[in-house]
Amino acid sequence: MAKNKLKTGAQMVVDVLVDEGVDILWGLTGGAILPVFDALYQNSDRIRLIDTRHEQGAIHMAEGYAKSTGKVGVCVVTSGPGATNIVTGLTDAYMDSVPIVAITGQVPSHLIGTDAFQEADVVGITRSCTKHNFLVKNIQELPQIMRDAFFIARSGRPGPVLVDIPKDIAAASAEVAIPKHSSIPLSKFVPTPDLHQIEKMAELIKNAKKPLIYAGGGVINANASDALYKFARKTNIPVTLTLMGLGAYPAGDRQFIDMLGMHGSYRANLALTYCDLLIAIGSRFDDRVTGKLSEFSPHSKKIHIDVDPTSIGKNVKVDAHTLGDMNSILSTLTKMVGSQDYEPWYEELDAWHKKHPLAYQQDPNGKVLPQFAVDEIYRLTKGDAIITTEVGQHQMWAAQFYKFNKARRWITSGGLGTMGFGFPAAIGAAFGFPDATVIDIAGDGSFQMTMQELAVVKEHNLNVKVVVLNNKFLGMVKQWQDLFFDKRYASTSIPVQPDFVKLAECYGLKGYRADTPKDTTKVLEEAFKSKDPCIVEIVVDEEEHVYPMVPAGAANKDMVLSKEEDRARVMAAVKTKAKTHGKGGRK
Amino acid sequence: MRHTISVMVKNQAGVLSRVSNLFSARGYNIDSLVVGVTDNPEVSRITIVVKGDDRVIDQVEKQLNKLIDVIKVVDLTHDDFIARDLALIKVKAEPNTRSQVMEIVQCFDGKIVDVALKSFIIEVTGKESKINAMVELLGNYGILELVRTGEVAISRGKKVHEKEETKVKMKAGKAGQSNL
Ligand SMILES: Cc1ncc(C[n+]2csc(CCOP(=O)(O)OP(=O)(O)O)c2C)c(N)n1
Repeated sequence: MAKNKLKTGAQMVVDVLVDEGVDILWGLTGGAILPVFDALYQNSDRIRLIDTRHEQGAIHMAEGYAKSTGKVGVCVVTSGPGATNIVTGLTDAYMDSVPIVAITGQVPSHLIGTDAFQEADVVGITRSCTKHNFLVKNIQELPQIMRDAFFIARSGRPGPVLVDIPKDIAAASAEVAIPKHSSIPLSKFVPTPDLHQIEKMAELIKNAKKPLIYAGGGVINANASDALYKFARKTNIPVTLTLMGLGAYPAGDRQFIDMLGMHGSYRANLALTYCDLLIAIGSRFDDRVTGKLSEFSPHSKKIHIDVDPTSIGKNVKVDAHTLGDMNSILSTLTKMVGSQDYEPWYEELDAWHKKHPLAYQQDPNGKVLPQFAVDEIYRLTKGDAIITTEVGQHQMWAAQFYKFNKARRWITSGGLGTMGFGFPAAIGAAFGFPDATVIDIAGDGSFQMTMQELAVVKEHNLNVKVVVLNNKFLGMVKQWQDLFFDKRYASTSIPVQPDFVKLAECYGLKGYRADTPKDTTKVLEEAFKSKDPCIVEIVVDEEEHVYPMVPAGAANKDMVLSKEEDRARVMAAVKTKAKTHGKGGRK
Repeated sequence: MRHTISVMVKNQAGVLSRVSNLFSARGYNIDSLVVGVTDNPEVSRITIVVKGDDRVIDQVEKQLNKLIDVIKVVDLTHDDFIARDLALIKVKAEPNTRSQVMEIVQCFDGKIVDVALKSFIIEVTGKESKINAMVELLGNYGILELVRTGEVAISRGKKVHEKEETKVKMKAGKAGQSNL
């Protein structure tokens, strides 16, 4: 072992961070984490620490950075309340497979278990929302743990890893070599593909008349969009994407039939229902996609390609599956398959599309439709912006009407559905791509959850634009109340709001407001002209609903298509389902 | 169906809670869970008895395998395996029933490990079904207290966990006989 200088634990943390290629991280300081912040301060030429106004902001920024760049996002916070404030972000990252390393301060070792000031059992609390977590017991093991944390976070299906470091260990000094490699073998995370199964897939593909590719976020995580493109183009099989997968296949391509799932397109959901072969790639058959399980894609054989063994056969039985590196699986499979024209199948898809395209009708003199606002954002940015969203109706409209031709441009909280995610995530993405325009398409409710991070935008003059589609409602919940609760708006009306223009101004930012279609175009043009951060408030029609909608517990083909459709039909459909199948509806 | 799953884990603080957490978080029910160190002090072996259909058991195995501290998971149910449970039973033994209780103990290959004025403590090991049967019989005399270890299990013949140097020689014949 090479001679090492005596180093503090905090310095070891910084050394591993730098060695792992981390040049930026987000955090908020406190007593127990002080030694680490001190070391970061002393190493500020090698690594940039961004101070946030809330720890939730710090972890969502790390997520936004990770999702947009593909690198591991890092946040660092203090013990007790600092650590508990990142639990939402950890859970979010766990659900959406985002590689995160979270470093938390802990009370000194000898105080652990004594209910000391700002002590929390962070490893216990975060056990079920991290891929793995560590409580560092002595300084000797600290560098290896840090190394392993990065390895675990990014390998296989990515996820968040937490390292809890007692203050005394960060402050102590020792001579410990920094290990070069993780102590865990890669095979723990990335199984070897099964060639026999891939051959079986090729056979199934050869015999299919109505095949459909259903790809998800796993493709993006594996950086396999190109491999997916080659596979799809060679076979000529139509492609639909999940909410998390948007961008994994170019939206402008003729084989793309839009998003599927609860708010997916008519064409995609019917394709799902009537296809004879469903090829799931990096997607996990979650309930927002399958709808009622027993009626999910009833006529199809199923293929599943993923990296996570637990995703296979969890919700849906498949006929062929393989695990492993998606790039190599897809390229192997691509070599084995031929091309077909699938003409009758494409005709069917086109007919569905003609019948119910994703569309809206903006009355030039009427209230602004949120779909129109998103469409204008898309038009004016030429589809080149990085888009983040909060959670709610605006999120679904953004998914439906902003078209992504590249991966990692679409950043949204899918699995957990975390309101308040989008704005800090936009900040994180802006740090990753300083030259890009980053737009948070926000709801008024969600933005108010994390808007204190405006200070960070101002401090670093980031090109982040928050477009608040203001309906003065917690709109998505209101939509459900409209449909299923006889318009009883329990707790969804939020008429008291900040003046968003003044809010921007009080942080020294620009603020814009529009409440007509014409002004919407005008203020968006204005806002996108400069690289300055701003808030654009667009007052939108609060009565608008997101359609199509597969009511939770209903089959995909039973989607509701418009408000004009008899509400009674929806109610009846959901109710009979609830009766005949025990559960159903939403609870 | 009832499955006996053997899980080799790193012998580290927090591992047990990771494993049990997984079961509670995903709503799987554990019948019993036994943990103890193996001949390798760095490795512990957890024996879990869990009920569920094939889909649930498949998920249990895969989820366990995903835990960083888990070295290996084997569902013994598909193997030829030996399972044992140990019970300590405090049972009433009045002067007029003492000999009957002793007879039952003998029948089941049990041992009387404590004798008090009006009760015995009986130690018995065996298959779960054997112990259930014994408990049922003793119930007629009045069980005062009962404690069971839960099932530990091991596959016959070839080792399932290569690293584990099982030194115990199986007396296959005898083990086979004691299936009361
Ligand atoms: C942290 C959090 N709390 C509550 C919810 C439940 N929820 C889902 S959508 C929604 C309304 C969102 O309102 P807004 O941000 O204004 O967006 P809109 O639906 O109006 O576009 C709520 C409350 C959630 N997803 N996240």
